[in-house]
Amino acid sequence: MEAGYGLTTFSPSGKLPQLTSAMTATNEGKTSLGIKAKNGVVLCTDKKLSSKLIESADVHKLEKITPSCGFVYSGVGPDYRVLVKKARKQAQAYYLTYRGLKPIRALVQDTAAVCQEYTQSGGVRPFGVSLLVAGFDDEGPQLFQVDPSGAFFGWQASAIGKNSKNAKSFLEKRYNEDVELDDAIHTALLTMREGFEGEMNEHNIELGVIGEDRVFKVLTPAEVKDYLDESN
Amino acid sequence: MSILQHNGAAIVCMAGKNCVAIASDTRFGLSQQTVSCDFQKVFKQSDRLFVGLAGLATDVQTLRNTLKFKREPALALYELREERVMKPEAFAALLSHMLYEKRFGPYFVEPVVAGLKDDGSPFLCGMDLIGAPVYTDDYVVSGTCTPNLNGMCESMWRPDMGPDELFETISQCLLASVDRDALSGWGATVHVLTPQGVTSKQLKGRMD
Repeated sequence: MEAGYGLTTFSPSGKLPQLTSAMTATNEGKTSLGIKAKNGVVLCTDKKLSSKLIESADVHKLEKITPSCGFVYSGVGPDYRVLVKKARKQAQAYYLTYRGLKPIRALVQDTAAVCQEYTQSGGVRPFGVSLLVAGFDDEGPQLFQVDPSGAFFGWQASAIGKNSKNAKSFLEKRYNEDVELDDAIHTALLTMREGFEGEMNEHNIELGVIGEDRVFKVLTPAEVKDYLDESN
Repeated sequence: MSILQHNGAAIVCMAGKNCVAIASDTRFGLSQQTVSCDFQKVFKQSDRLFVGLAGLATDVQTLRNTLKFKREPALALYELREERVMKPEAFAALLSHMLYEKRFGPYFVEPVVAGLKDDGSPFLCGMDLIGAPVYTDDYVVSGTCTPNLNGMCESMWRPDMGPDELFETISQCLLASVDRDALSGWGATVHVLTPQGVTSKQLKGRMD
């Protein structure tokens, strides 16, 4: 396909090659997965780094959007930061008007709308990321996925990025909707370990949880290590 | 005299046990001259939410229309987007935000918000013309005879009144207050909100 500044256009076969490429970028990215439990949601992501000289503590893939909502991505890191920035700003605008936390569904819808806009505007390319959104509001615990096309889905458990197919079929076998958050964290680690290249430790994965206290928390390496030790 | 006092109004909201009431007078005047006796100052926003607007009548109606025609699509969108009706807390924050947006050219109104929260307990809020909110759990008053209303409420209000007792109390408080105010009265409207529904009544007041 020729590079240009025009709109994302349909190919004669009815596909949008730009979006197919964006999905490829996503699927090439590091694995991320999420599981919705009875009383919360867990997000887990692979953050293997290209060099062992990189400060792993400075790399954050899980981001808090509102106190009760967190994002994680697979794909192009810098693209992700744009979406995080926009989502946070929208959440703050909502707070300014309504003095309340933006509901997870609204947050997902608006973020998906941003993704969609970038598939139809001139001079831009679609985002090279898929998102997993975890949150807890009046509707209970929720897990969503947002794709570069602007499509979004609610999931009980899902995986994105490299190896996501295997991870998803693993989750399908393992998933049980009555699972407690602590068990879901272990299932998340177990799923992540399948297909993980090399040994998993507290420096090359990230865990984020939200429970009934409705506070999204990115676990510290020490906390991640505790969970890893428990599941060994 | 303040422009807030020009047209005259008396509005009061009271909390009961799992119910809340909002009442207003119906006079529309131009200073001392009474023009009409059926002026609406309390507006239904949903089955569990009413707003009362005391102040300059033109702004009362403008703000009411803004709420109706600007916010209603926004509200409808809010309800579609979030798949729920707006909570009283969110509505009060929205109204406060709308008023403060006009910080340097305000609507001359002092609103009160009365509603029922998700658990059926009362929500009361009053604010000034630039949207500074005050949240109470007993009663809140607004208009041209707030000293009278405050005094009446102070002596008549008791915690945990049922809907019937609440209706009686709020009605007597309002009628007694407007009798000592030249700018409000000439009839009254009372709404009692319960989780089961709203009962609205028109009261006859002194017409002199």
